[in-house]
Parts: sequence; C-alpha cells; structure tokens
Amino acid sequence: MKIAVCIKRVPVMEVKFAITADGSRYEETGLKYDINDFDLWAIEAALQLKEKAGDGTVHVVCLGPNAAQEQIRKAMAMGADSGVLLESDARNYDGLAVARALAAELKGGAYDLVLFGRISIDSMNQMTGPMVAELLDLPVVTNVFKLDINGATGRAERVLEGASEVVEFPLPAVLTIDDGLNKERLPSLKGIMAAKKKPLEIKPANLDAAQVTVRSMALPAERAAGRIVGEGADAVPELVRLLQTEAKVL
Amino acid sequence: MANVLVFAESRAGELRKVALEAVTAARRLTELSGGGAVHVLLAGAAGIGSKAEPLAAHGADKVLVLEHAGFALHNPEALAATLAQLLSSGTYAYGLFSGTSHGRDLSPRVAAKLGVGLIPDLTGFTVENGAVVGQHPINNGKVIATLALSGSPTLLSVRPAAFTPAPAERALVAESITSAADPAASRVKVIELKQGNTDKIDLNDAAVVIAGGRGLKVADNFKLCDDLAEAFGNAAVGATRAVTDEGWRPHSDQIGQTGRNVSPDLYIAAGISGAIQHLAGMRTSRTIVAINKDKDAPIFKIADYGIVGDALEVLPVLTEAVRAAKAS
Ligand SMILES: Cc1cc2nc3c(=O)[nH]c(=O)nc-3n(C[C@H](O)[C@H](O)[C@H](O)COP(=O)(O)OP(=O)(O)OC[C@H]3O[C@@H](n4cnc5c(N)ncnc54)[C@H](O)[C@@H]3O)c2cc1C
Ligand SMILES: Cc1cc2nc3c(=O)[nH]c(=O)nc-3n(C[C@H](O)[C@H](O)[C@H](O)COP(=O)(O)OP(=O)(O)OC[C@H]3O[C@@H](n4cnc5c(N)ncnc54)[C@H](O)[C@@H]3O)c2cc1C
Repeated sequence: MKIAVCIKRVPVMEVKFAITADGSRYEETGLKYDINDFDLWAIEAALQLKEKAGDGTVHVVCLGPNAAQEQIRKAMAMGADSGVLLESDARNYDGLAVARALAAELKGGAYDLVLFGRISIDSMNQMTGPMVAELLDLPVVTNVFKLDINGATGRAERVLEGASEVVEFPLPAVLTIDDGLNKERLPSLKGIMAAKKKPLEIKPANLDAAQVTVRSMALPAERAAGRIVGEGADAVPELVRLLQTEAKVL
Repeated sequence: MANVLVFAESRAGELRKVALEAVTAARRLTELSGGGAVHVLLAGAAGIGSKAEPLAAHGADKVLVLEHAGFALHNPEALAATLAQLLSSGTYAYGLFSGTSHGRDLSPRVAAKLGVGLIPDLTGFTVENGAVVGQHPINNGKVIATLALSGSPTLLSVRPAAFTPAPAERALVAESITSAADPAASRVKVIELKQGNTDKIDLNDAAVVIAGGRGLKVADNFKLCDDLAEAFGNAAVGATRAVTDEGWRPHSDQIGQTGRNVSPDLYIAAGISGAIQHLAGMRTSRTIVAINKDKDAPIFKIADYGIVGDALEVLPVLTEAVRAAKAS
C-alpha cells in the first residue's frame, strides 16, 4: 500500500489574532504553528492502513515555507516514511495554484491513496483535495469519517448536514478526511529519534499566480459581555422574560 | 448581461432550503451586476422536475431539469461534468453553489475542470466591475477575509443560512437536459443515504439551537434538549465533540471547529464548558444562553445570559416556561 498524505502548516488558533495596520492580513509574529488538525487524522488513517496491510509506505507532501520542515518531521515522528517540502514564501497563491503544484508533485507517484484533510483551519477553503483529484483524474470522496479498504476497492461514509452517505470507490483514489475517523497518535521518543534520519527532500514550489486575491482582513465584531441571570431553576422566569423583552427571540 | 447558473441541492427527491438561499444569492448577484438571468440546475431521479416550482417563486428564470435514475443519490462525477459543460458554454458569468457538504464537493471539481478560481463559503458579497468581492471567515472564524475573484466564469459558494430566501415570483420555465457524462459510469458511487429523523429541522435551518455537552451525563438526557426544541418549534438539537465522541449523538450533530457552523437567533448551551473549538462553530449566534453548574466555565464569557446550575434540573423547567410563553 503506497500512500501520500498532503499536510499543511497552520497557526495554532488558541490566540487573539491582530490585523496589520494596513488591514491587508493578520499579524504573524508570535504565532505558533502545527500540522492542520484534519491532516493529523489523515496521517493517522494512512499509518493505520499501512499497518493493517502489513507493508507499504506513507509519504508526506507539504507546500509551505522552509520552517514547515518541522511539520514534516512531526509526521515522520508519528510514523511517516518520507517527505517532500515544496518550498515557497510567496504571499499570493490561491486554491487552484496550490492544487496544481501538489498535483504536479503527486503525478506519476503511483499512489494507491492520496489523503487530504477536509479543510485547513486557517484559510478554510475546503477545496484542495477535490481539485487535485480532478487534475490527476482520480476518483475522490470528500468528508470521510468512516473508511474501509478492501484490496482494490474502498467503502467510505461521508458527512452531510444532518445525514451521511455511504460511498464505494475504486483505488487509486483521493480522500479528504473529516473529524471522527480516528484520534491521532502522539509521536513517541523513538519515533522522534527515527524521524531525524528519514529522507526529506526540499525543492521550490512551482506556483501559478493567484486568481483569487485577498483584499483585506478584519476581526469580527466582539460580543458584548453577558450576565449571569441567576442560579438554578429559580432563574428560569427571569431568563424567559429577558428572552421575550430584551433579546426578543421568544 | 451577467447570467448566473445555480446548483440547486436536493436530498431524497426533495428540494433543500439551501437551494432557495442560493437562488436568492444569485438574484442579488444579477442585481449588483446590472441585470441578468438566473438559471438553476436541478438533478434527481424521475419526478424531481415536479419540485421546481419554489425555485421559480424565488427568482429562477429557468430551471434546467436533469432527470435520471443515476441521480437519485448524489452523483458527483456526472454532476461536475454537467456543470462544467454548462458553465463553459459562454452563457454564464457566474456559477453559484451552496457551501454545503455537496456544494463544497462539487464546486472545486468544476473549478479545476475549467481552470478557474473559486471563492468559498461567503457570508456576503458585492460586485465590482464584474468581480465578486466577498467575505469569507478564516482562522476558525476569528478573522474575516475579504476576497476578490474575476473569472470566466466566476465560481463561488455561499454559507448556509447567510442568505434568507426571498420571494421573487416568476412563471416556471423548465427545460429538460441530459447529463454530460453517463451517470451509471461514475467511479465514485453513493450507495446509500443515511438520513436521521427527516421530520427534524436541520441545524442550519433552525432559528433556535439547543446544544448539549458532556455535562448532560448520559445519552438519554438529550431527551431534555429534544423536549425544549419541541417547545420552541423551529429548533434543532446539536452537540459538542465530547458528546459525538461518546456516540450519544451522531457525528453530523457536532458543532464547532471540526464540526458544523451554526448561527441561529438563539443558541442554548447546556452542560457545555465552552472550549474554543466549540465556540468556533457558534459564536456568531445572535443570542447565546448558557446553563452550566460551574460559574467559572468559559462559556459564560460569550453568553448573553447565563444560569449557574444543574442543566438536568433547569432544562425541564425552561421547557415548561417556553411552552407557557408560546401558549399565551
Ligand atoms: C502566504 C500566503 C498567501 C496567501 N495568499 C492567498 C491569495 O492571494 N489568495 C487566496 O485565495 N489565498 C491565499 N492564501 C491561502 C492559500 O491560497 C490556501 O492555503 C490555499 O488556497 C489552500 O486552501 P486552504 O489552505 O484553505 O486548504 P483547504 O482546501 O481547506 O485544505 C484541505 C487540505 O488540503 C491540503 N493542503 C492544503 N494546503 C496545503 C499545502 N500548502 N500543502 C500541502 N497540503 C495542503 C491539506 O491536506 C488540507 O487539509 C494564502 C496563504 C498563505 C499562507
Ligand atoms: C483538534 C480538535 C478539534 C475539536 N473540534 C471540536 C468541535 O468541532 N466541536 C466541539 O464541541 N469540540 C471540539 N473539540 C473538543 C473541545 O476541545 C472540547 O473538548 C469539547 O468541546 C468539550 O465538550 P463539552 O463542553 O461537552 O465537555 P466538557 O469540556 O467536559 O464540559 C462539560 C461541562 O459541563 C458542565 N457540567 C457538568 N455537569 C453539569 C450539570 N449537571 N449541569 C450543567 N453543567 C454541567 C461542566 O461544568 C463543564 O463545564 C476539538 C478538540 C480538538 C483537539
């Protein structure tokens, strides 16, 4: 089983973001970075499939700045075998440009599966996986939260609003992984040591100019501080009164 | 003239509300572009054409009806091929999708086929010289990016519930079309649709969302949330990841960073601590109520109204009070 996993370096979200003075982007100094949550589940899925098959390789592909080596090493510490960094410090690329660069890298790799996260928690485009699949003319199943691979075919369940659907697909295929499929493993000390010696190739990313441009960024309106209405069931009449007269939602 | 093609989502032979939201957003696009027609692709098994009326009532100038047994369930490959064919005909300046699971599955496929950009999940937009300039939440909703795209055509998706369906009566004009690819030949085959209780209102359509957390202790106690939802009417029940992980509620009910985004008029959080990953999916709700026995729970920081107490005691009393208020 030969699997590729596309991973993205994203800021850790447990911070208050600030917008630069010119309003063009968010301040990046002081941010911490990690692998996109959904991509951790994609890595975990790949490792489990490899373990179940008893042989195979898990290769990670990341497009990002030089510092993204850190995220590739973390994936290796979890168990990935090799990685490639498509290096770019460019400030203006969009979904299709990223998809084209990733597709060019993946093409000819003869992967049985190419895994993506459903969405990246920073840019939140939710488009890279299906775009890459289209560019490589591979079948794709998005938003996968249950997965079963049996030889050359797979069966997945994907999330809908208030429902789900069961999908069958042939391999090779592209999947985008959703929350609920698994919990990612933590890198072990042994894994961290081993990761240092695994092959990591670095080459420049070949990025087209962005068609989608970022005009500006802003912070959403802050919520005004609320209040404690009271304690226990005794507070219900006052809450109902406020919902009727103040919030006007009842 | 800037014509718009809308993909109208249906499920199990019924039009979804997001389809009407998309038609309303498309009408707005044509208004902002100095006029144009709104055409809608409606695909399904035989008989789906009979569901086209509400599309015309909300401003669809023409409904392109694609009936085939192969579209009874979602058929992304044949749909993407058909949409790409329609959108490359030169008739349309814009292609508009709902920012749903299906819409965000189809739109990137179509964008890649056509080699054009895509701006996803817009909560609002304007048009400047033909370019769509829209608001897209990023960084877990903590930052709002304004993105611009001018393509031929320009593809976009709109966030569920961001646009309210507005009547714009038209006489129904329906045209039957065929699929650009054999629906039976798709490599990816949806073999089953698992619907929850179909009488239930979807989380995105509900004016009131009652969300339960681990503080409800056991799955059975979600009955208290269901009862409160019923008392409100037009309400749906959601959950935290702690709850969906336990299997107390289905995965599709999860609200938050890695679940769904909701923004109802009223959000009632019962037994929820208010982790930032949960807040990411509900902080834009108009009014937030929290019931938690810990007065220091972070959820109280963003709640408009808080009750410190045992949710298992408060919820039934609140349900009775809401029933009484509705009855009077
Ligand atoms: C410096 C900078 C400048 C930018 N400028 C623009 C701009 O001008 N216009 C614009 O539209 N956007 C811009 N972006 C956003 C950028 O275009 C997005 O990262 C890209 O469109 C992919 O979308 P996404 O990150 O939302 O990924 P999604 O489509 O949400 O990601 C889904 C999955 O795709 C994979 N994936 C995504 N990105 C990568 C990656 N880089 N490497 C490996 N796998 C990946 C992961 O598996 C991920 O889980 C910029 C981003 C940066 C960092
Ligand atoms: C990568 C990642 C993604 C995540 N995505 C999501 C997501 O999308 N959505 C999400 O919800 N979470 C998500 N989480 C999990 C999140 O961090 C929290 O763990 C989760 O939201 C906690 O759920 P909870 O509030 O139900 O449970 P807890 O945090 O355990 O809180 C239970 C609360 O109930 C209160 N309580 C207990 N008993 C009672 C009672 N009888 N009456 C009233 N109150 C009571 C307690 O005081 C406590 O505040 C994610 C986490 C990670 C790491």
